[in-house]
Amino acid sequence: MGIKIIKAGLLSTIQDLGRYGLQRYGMAVSGAMDSYALLLGNSILGNADNEAAIECTLLGPTIYFEQPQLIAVTGADLSPKVDGQPLPMWKPVLIEAGSLLSFGRPNSGCRAYICFRGGLDIPEVLGSRSTYSKGQIGGFQGRALKEQDRIAFNNPYDGEQTQFPWRIDPALYPDLSAGVIRVMDGPQWDQFESDSLQSFFADVFTISKNSDRMGYRLQLRPLQLSKRKELLSTAVTFGSIQVPPDGNPIILMADHPTTGGYPVIAQVATVDLPLLAQKGAQESIRFERIELDEAQNLLKQRYIQLIILKRAIALKYE
Amino acid sequence: MGGSHKQSLGIDLPNSIRHYPLGDQAIVLSFGDVISEAIHIRVRKVITCLENWPQAGVIEYVPAYTTITIYYDPLIVSYQELLAALQITLQNISDDFNYRSAKKEIPVYYNGDDLAYVAQYNGLTEEEVIRIHCAPEYRVYMIGFVPGFPYLGGMDNRIATPRKEVPRLRIEAGAVGIAGQQTGVYPMSTPGGWQIIGHTPLQLFNLNRENPSLLDVGDLVCFAPIGYEEFMQLKTEANGY
Repeated sequence: MGIKIIKAGLLSTIQDLGRYGLQRYGMAVSGAMDSYALLLGNSILGNADNEAAIECTLLGPTIYFEQPQLIAVTGADLSPKVDGQPLPMWKPVLIEAGSLLSFGRPNSGCRAYICFRGGLDIPEVLGSRSTYSKGQIGGFQGRALKEQDRIAFNNPYDGEQTQFPWRIDPALYPDLSAGVIRVMDGPQWDQFESDSLQSFFADVFTISKNSDRMGYRLQLRPLQLSKRKELLSTAVTFGSIQVPPDGNPIILMADHPTTGGYPVIAQVATVDLPLLAQKGAQESIRFERIELDEAQNLLKQRYIQLIILKRAIALKYE
Repeated sequence: MGGSHKQSLGIDLPNSIRHYPLGDQAIVLSFGDVISEAIHIRVRKVITCLENWPQAGVIEYVPAYTTITIYYDPLIVSYQELLAALQITLQNISDDFNYRSAKKEIPVYYNGDDLAYVAQYNGLTEEEVIRIHCAPEYRVYMIGFVPGFPYLGGMDNRIATPRKEVPRLRIEAGAVGIAGQQTGVYPMSTPGGWQIIGHTPLQLFNLNRENPSLLDVGDLVCFAPIGYEEFMQLKTEANGY
């Protein structure tokens, strides 16, 4: 077999890079909230970019390994342990059959990814293994993992190598203590009061407890529209910052609805979505304005780094 | 929706289609600011154009009332490159577009908890509400919010009713409701504030169908009243789909 869930943790779901192509039918994209941590985890193991992993939230699961497997834990530091001993992150680690992977106190960030070499035996639904809990679609039976769930490995580890004395450079991954999120102007940017636009960049927002994979609610002083124009519903995306009538912004996250009718004041640069996804309730963020070209260039630089990293890793496994 | 940064992006699109970015992975084509059949037809003309568009880096597109949002991979194509390609492609929008629409009937058992309220609010009998709700052909302008949820246009204002002040914690899948001047069908159980007037046995979104969504943008929908027995029979058939 593969793994057996002993304790589910707060919210542990199967996620890959998301379900694309059906947004026109209202199907959410879902996928990893921090897709960069997932990409790095898959890269460390020599997996395909889109291989599905377990996304753990704040309190990670306890997992029994029925067979040996090479894993990598990336993203948030939720104090991973194997049989009670600290498990190093950002590197391949061989877990022996009969071992227990568990998590402790969240140290930094709030979403960790457990990636498995060769992936997990999870069927694709509409082109993706990601869990869309609200629609009970994809992942493990359309839901978060529960006690007693068992998932097979695609390829249990049978290699000779047991030690992997390397890890990737932590500087590749964002510093999770940073609180600045870069954004571009949203389509309805110019419908807001200039005071509101100023405070949008000057103020420090707190992420409310009422935040999840669908959206982050922000609290501070409400933003005001200068002209309240009735908006027609239109497509919205991961990172769209909507402002409903109460003036408290909502940042749409991975499980966001495909369309919305609230004005979008700004859009988070894709390169900063991983950092945002690692922010939890009561944490503070501030917004910084950048241009579209810069946002796309930052994304390209990250991608080039990833290509170089994958080449270096490929040599490690030869 | 014209902000200063939008004009600075230079390139104009043919047929006076406006455009602006939605972040670094999407471009929005905009055709106006009101819900109208004329704008809907323009949206569908452009969809037809995009369906066979071999542009590298385009991931998918989402049509709405007056917009089409195109998602793309900026590692493959930049905003400017995409715009330049669109400039050429959108010249091919044909004027003699044949906008035939699929007609779909949605059977409804009008047993909703709010049917009496909708009737009372509008000074009608329940039978009149049902007759008025079943009379028009409704246009599917867009699908969104949750999988398979149609945004329908064409409801008669005589049955328009505001949303409930306190939303229900659970509305069953298949519930047919009214919210203001809109009518719609809930594809899945969810909390919601719509006035529920009935239920359809059909599944608006079913993973086991080749196209999971029962409806598509541009379809014409009409509601047909059915009784309890037919509802139960169709529901059994729909579940075995």
